Amino acid sequence: MKITVDVWRQSGPESSGAFDTYQIDDATVEMSLLELLDRLNDQLVESGNEPIAFDSDCREGICGSCGITVDNVPHGPVANTPTCRQHLRSFSDGDRIKLEPFRSAAFPVVRDLVVDRSALDRVLEAGGYVSVNAGTAPDADSQPLSHQSAEAALDFAACIGCGACVAACPNGAAHLFTGSKLTHLSLVTQGRNERGKRARAMSHQMEADFGPCSTYGECAQVCPAEIPLTAIAAVNKESMRFGLRRKDN
Amino acid sequence: MNSFELDDLRSIGTPVDGKVPAGDPATAWPTRKLDYKLVSPLNRRKFTVIVVGTGLAGAACAASLGELGYHVESFTFHDAPRRAHSVAAQGGINAARARKVDNDSLARFVKDTVKGGDFRGREADCFRLAEESVRVIDHMNAIGAPFAREYGGTLATRSFGGVQVSRTYYTRGQTGQQLQIASSQALQRQIAAGTVNLHTRTEMLDLIVSDGRAQGIVTRDLVTGEIGATTGHAVVLASGGYGTVFHKSTLAKNSNATAAWRAHRRGALMASPSFIQFHPTALPVNSEWQSKTILMSESLRNDGRIWVPAKPGDDREPGDIPENERDYYLERKYPAFGNLSPRDVSSRAAREQIDSGHGVGPLKNSVYLDFRDALARLGRKTIEERYGNLFSMYRDATSEDPYTVPMRIAPGAHFTMGGLWNDYDQMTSIPGLFVGGEAGWGYHGANRLGANSLLSACVDGWFTLPYAIPNYLAPLLGSTPLELSDPAVTSTLTDVRGRVDLLLSVGGTHGPDRFHRQLGEILYAGCGVTRTAEGLTKAIAEIRALRTDFWSNLRVAGSGNQFNQELERAGRVADFLELAELMCVDALDRDESCGAHFRAEHQTPDGEAQRNDQDWCFVSAWETAQDGRHVRHDEPLSFTAVPLQTRNYV
Repeated sequence: MKITVDVWRQSGPESSGAFDTYQIDDATVEMSLLELLDRLNDQLVESGNEPIAFDSDCREGICGSCGITVDNVPHGPVANTPTCRQHLRSFSDGDRIKLEPFRSAAFPVVRDLVVDRSALDRVLEAGGYVSVNAGTAPDADSQPLSHQSAEAALDFAACIGCGACVAACPNGAAHLFTGSKLTHLSLVTQGRNERGKRARAMSHQMEADFGPCSTYGECAQVCPAEIPLTAIAAVNKESMRFGLRRKDN
Repeated sequence: MNSFELDDLRSIGTPVDGKVPAGDPATAWPTRKLDYKLVSPLNRRKFTVIVVGTGLAGAACAASLGELGYHVESFTFHDAPRRAHSVAAQGGINAARARKVDNDSLARFVKDTVKGGDFRGREADCFRLAEESVRVIDHMNAIGAPFAREYGGTLATRSFGGVQVSRTYYTRGQTGQQLQIASSQALQRQIAAGTVNLHTRTEMLDLIVSDGRAQGIVTRDLVTGEIGATTGHAVVLASGGYGTVFHKSTLAKNSNATAAWRAHRRGALMASPSFIQFHPTALPVNSEWQSKTILMSESLRNDGRIWVPAKPGDDREPGDIPENERDYYLERKYPAFGNLSPRDVSSRAAREQIDSGHGVGPLKNSVYLDFRDALARLGRKTIEERYGNLFSMYRDATSEDPYTVPMRIAPGAHFTMGGLWNDYDQMTSIPGLFVGGEAGWGYHGANRLGANSLLSACVDGWFTLPYAIPNYLAPLLGSTPLELSDPAVTSTLTDVRGRVDLLLSVGGTHGPDRFHRQLGEILYAGCGVTRTAEGLTKAIAEIRALRTDFWSNLRVAGSGNQFNQELERAGRVADFLELAELMCVDALDRDESCGAHFRAEHQTPDGEAQRNDQDWCFVSAWETAQDGRHVRHDEPLSFTAVPLQTRNYV
């Protein structure tokens, strides 16, 4: 199939960018969007041009490296699916596709389709962990956890940290990301001991870099890990819980 | 190939000592721990340890050293520590907790691992792995990994290939992700505490060796292109495996051998580089621009049945092939282990079916993995809970629904059992250079059992390196890391700048990926599931020709002072082109079959791998001389707890 792409080209964080148009004549329906970019890059290199920079790694939807905005939708046309798992079978021969980086004030462009998502890691560094040192853990079987709690914890722990939720949000909020971590760690046995302290620190850091949540719900529609929308409520719930209790746990 | 030609390719050097404690391998670890020197809590912050990689081994090593009070400089080429490729492991993590009444035990774990590796790993290392596995689960649980639980609240387990007990702990089909997230969180806790300084988007390009000791690394900032040096008292490489040398593999696109290979070129020996595991349940190659062979977890073989049409070339739809015209070849050939036969055996059997015309799919290059019976027996909800994310990944990749039609799978390059040679203390042949996880060797011999890789990475990072590294550091108390003006540092920087400039100045027309694709084809043909002397000799010649081609026709677009992914790829492919030759030399040199290293010249009448313990019961630890010549150093292996025996899964 023939595909035309309009790709955002930007040489660095300080430079201004623009769309360039390219055509790929030998695309196939099995190709993922990233494989389409691989094909295009080969074409660009062979013809003496600079290839398009884009992040990707596992290409199985689990590492969270990839993420581009496809026709104005983070990741692409198939809901809840990362870019690496978006295939050309969603498009038709002769289609024109617009590819640009994740758009958010919190994610400065590094080059072309690559963005800097370190603001997400600053939220985790503020308290998205359990303070247990190597070797000091009690027997995991001596701390029974119900099947349901373990499964629920995993539903939220599944976040791949791609940042699509932020890019989808008109406000650039990171509530789905932050809420998924708060919920995950509040459900596992030892994560509960610093639940209050964590909620305060993470929401504080989140507010420093990201916008407020107006419950648009765009985030949950693009999230590749299908983090439930209840995660965004968890940010307020957990913060309020700390506000009322003023306790670390 | 006659012996003269082999001698042309390699020579034999002096043996190496694995420094395994003498006596019973079962007590080797407690004995060695007691011998280790300590660094007192107040002195720990005076030491700087460099850790390369933030996967399960690297994040764990950095975090645990940080928790103990050491200063750690941690490096990853990713934009965030969580993205390291450990994240993609699916099925589970083994542990010798032996809580069930299925007759598992620590000794049985060791037996399965040693035998699974076809007696080409270190027995004492396997005991350590088994012993520390128990608290790995406790620790990962405590730091946030939500392991699957039974309805009564205790940990759930499942089975993996090559064992007859249930010792694999898991979180759906995303165990690696959950362990990786828990570990990188622990790392981030240390970053917040100030003990670990993390460098993201920074790639190691060389090792600084001074006074015969590893004392630092040279890195390139992938955003600005700046080449710089970091020095410390010790260096840990937890930089993962090199399966991507095959181009199409189950690994992440950016996984590479550069950190390990550069250390090798500075003198660190490379153990068994040809021991590559081909994963039996990868997705087949369907099209030219397919970027990888996506992994489908081995855990699927708990409930999926593998089969091919009994009649070669039968191209009816799978549902139209009646039961008596299907060949469940693993169940037929290996009734005791059936669909859970070890990976090397399963991959070879699949290859055999495909090569004899029984392959299925449009390119006839795959076999079926069928859930029909399990869905009927257990219901869709149970299957969804066990494998939901794998099924949806399969559907995305192929547009086929595995709930209604069987999956199609084929062997794909996966895990590297080989890696930098390390002694029992996880130290390489360069003092002060340690390894952890897949970058090393040791536990898995010539074939790794499923769910042992997450385990070995966690054990190395959390419970081995934090004991072994202080033993090395203790006598260095009072010494400071090399100054950046030290000649050892500046000369290494000069070397790296020279190499980068060379890559940028070839002035050809093809991007690095073109050469990488060709290299992958050469290796799959010559150094794949089945190897022959003739095929390997041909592969070596082809690799040499490709290397010449690379250095005359490479084009690296852009400059070195910018974010330049072509330059990153070019450097990695240049190293792959050297490593690939060593892999083939190792495979050609090792004149026996063992585990995943199957030399067609050495097979039993039933077509199984035929080991030669008389001549080859040792590990080949390779040196590459400055002029590129290969020198083999042997570390003899002895087996006392699990006596040498023929592997038998019938």
